Amino acid sequence: MLERTVTIGSTHGLHARPAKLFSQAVGASGLPVTITKTGGKPVNAASILGVISLGINHGDEVTLATEGDNAETVLDTLVDLLLTDHDE
Amino acid sequence: MVLHNSLPETSERPEEMPGIGIGQGIAIGPVIRMPDPLPEPAETASVLAVDAEGVRAAEAMTWVAADLLARGEKAGGAAREVLEAQSMMAEDPTVSEDVSVRLQRGVTAERAVFEAFAGFREMLTDLGGYMAERAADLDDVSLRVIARLSGLPAPGVPDPDYPFILVAQDLAPADTALLNLDKVLGLITRDGGPTSHTAILAREKSIVAIVGTPDAARLRDGDEVIVDAANGVVVRKPTTAQKGEAQARIAARAALAQAPIGPGRLKDGTPMPLLANLGSADGAAKAAALGAEGVGLFRTEFLFLDSALAPTIVEQQEQYERMLHAFPGKKVVVRALDAGADKPLAFLNDTHEENPALGLRGLRALRASEDILREQLTALANADAATDADVWVMAPMVATVEETEYFVALSRELGLKTAGVMVEVPSAALLAHHILQHADFASIGTNDLTQYTMAADRMLGSVAALQDPWHPAVLRLVAEVGTAGRALGKPVGVCGEAAADPLLAVVLVGLGATSLSMSAAALAEVRTTLANFTLEQARRLAELALAAADAASARRAVAAQAAEYLT
Repeated sequence: MLERTVTIGSTHGLHARPAKLFSQAVGASGLPVTITKTGGKPVNAASILGVISLGINHGDEVTLATEGDNAETVLDTLVDLLLTDHDE
Repeated sequence: MVLHNSLPETSERPEEMPGIGIGQGIAIGPVIRMPDPLPEPAETASVLAVDAEGVRAAEAMTWVAADLLARGEKAGGAAREVLEAQSMMAEDPTVSEDVSVRLQRGVTAERAVFEAFAGFREMLTDLGGYMAERAADLDDVSLRVIARLSGLPAPGVPDPDYPFILVAQDLAPADTALLNLDKVLGLITRDGGPTSHTAILAREKSIVAIVGTPDAARLRDGDEVIVDAANGVVVRKPTTAQKGEAQARIAARAALAQAPIGPGRLKDGTPMPLLANLGSADGAAKAAALGAEGVGLFRTEFLFLDSALAPTIVEQQEQYERMLHAFPGKKVVVRALDAGADKPLAFLNDTHEENPALGLRGLRALRASEDILREQLTALANADAATDADVWVMAPMVATVEETEYFVALSRELGLKTAGVMVEVPSAALLAHHILQHADFASIGTNDLTQYTMAADRMLGSVAALQDPWHPAVLRLVAEVGTAGRALGKPVGVCGEAAADPLLAVVLVGLGATSLSMSAAALAEVRTTLANFTLEQARRLAELALAAADAASARRAVAAQAAEYLT
């Protein structure tokens, strides 16, 4: 199991558009990925509603976890997405 | 052999369906009915096995996801983003799991899907802010999946590839906003009065419309109809002669729209500024192109609707500036947030009222949350300073002189130069001479003034006949304001839809209106009509209307005298 902890870059947090881009990328990776808001329960990162339900705001810390082939590359891509401000 | 003699006569006979016409337009085309809203799926035991219901649910969710994706590709732009997100919600793995769990109870797939999406909806609403605004998107996904399961057409506005007349029970603002105007020739609703929001939106988007048409329930997909808004009648299966006449009128109106655009004035040269009613910054450029000499009513509710919180000063200022830039050097009258009654806002109206039209609405609600009013006026003063437009601000639903003094003082304190009040409550009209000693101007909102004078709910089709601004009781109140304005040298505008009725516009001028504001689409016809009458003639027509006993005879008397002036 590989894990990364990052701080959210989007001004309005992980609401509709950034959440969509993130869950889309998870779905495209083909790997099972979970996202956990620090102190919370892990949810399926491919689920846009699951991601939205965490109520993640700008500056919040989240942890991504996955395993399988390419896990390293997949996490790099996803971390980049979370660091970018999609609301610019 | 003469075939046409053997055709059954009855099916060919045209049928006339009376309703309330919006504007002066006319359209002809085939009917498409808006699908009726789906009821909540009942909590009944399924006759199928749990697995079989699971397969049905999965199929419907996958199908809707693919359908939404395809619609997104077709729509492009911002709509594509929203539809793609909706597509992902439709086959969201967390929802699928929740549906499976609920199916274990032995309910139908329809019920399980309904409950699962409702659960996530509540979660979004609880999160508030941006997330809460996505609840409507989720509702739409839920309805689509349930419609697919029930074998019913997807909810929403039909979008065929040919022009059509839309028939609906009533339309939500969201529906009218989605109408493809290239395809919708006209609109017929069974419910709704002349000042319902469907009617206001139809005016704003210049859709030929007839509302409050109970007979429309009998219209079927494919029926050919004439929508004659000027005469308030739908003609089903019109004759060739009727169709010819309709086409001629459509052509004549198209020609009118090409008439030269200039400032509004009467036949004797008296200037009568013609302004536009706007609901957002988007219509500003179009209104200016149609010759609007400014804005007589800028509604600011759009900034606040669907928000759990009031927008910030900076967010508001941006929107105001966008609109003000379209009218450099021109007057723009901005109405402070008018919430309550039919437009409740979560952060302003949080208590249930038995009778919201008579409740804490308009300025009353703003006073109860003065910080929101202060922020709005501050944003407006900033936008005024940053642009070349001449910003006037006015308070909605003012009933007393004391409220007038309060609003004018607060506006001045926050840096606004020109502050006035809307006259929508009869008490304000009757005391106009006191009110105008404090206010810089008055603007008459004829829709609400009619509703309160006639004690007839403007949203209720069953009392729509009383909702007639031609009623002499309403016109007498307008005259009170006009007289007070003239005596004190203060401007009196009319910004209700009455100003968009060309002949009534002439009467309003005769009663003392110094400017008229309306949907941009109505400007051309009002401009042309005003130019046919002198101020003296307008005053004589106003006297005739005031002397009448009811709306119909006021209209008749004015029309007869106006025809005489024109010959």
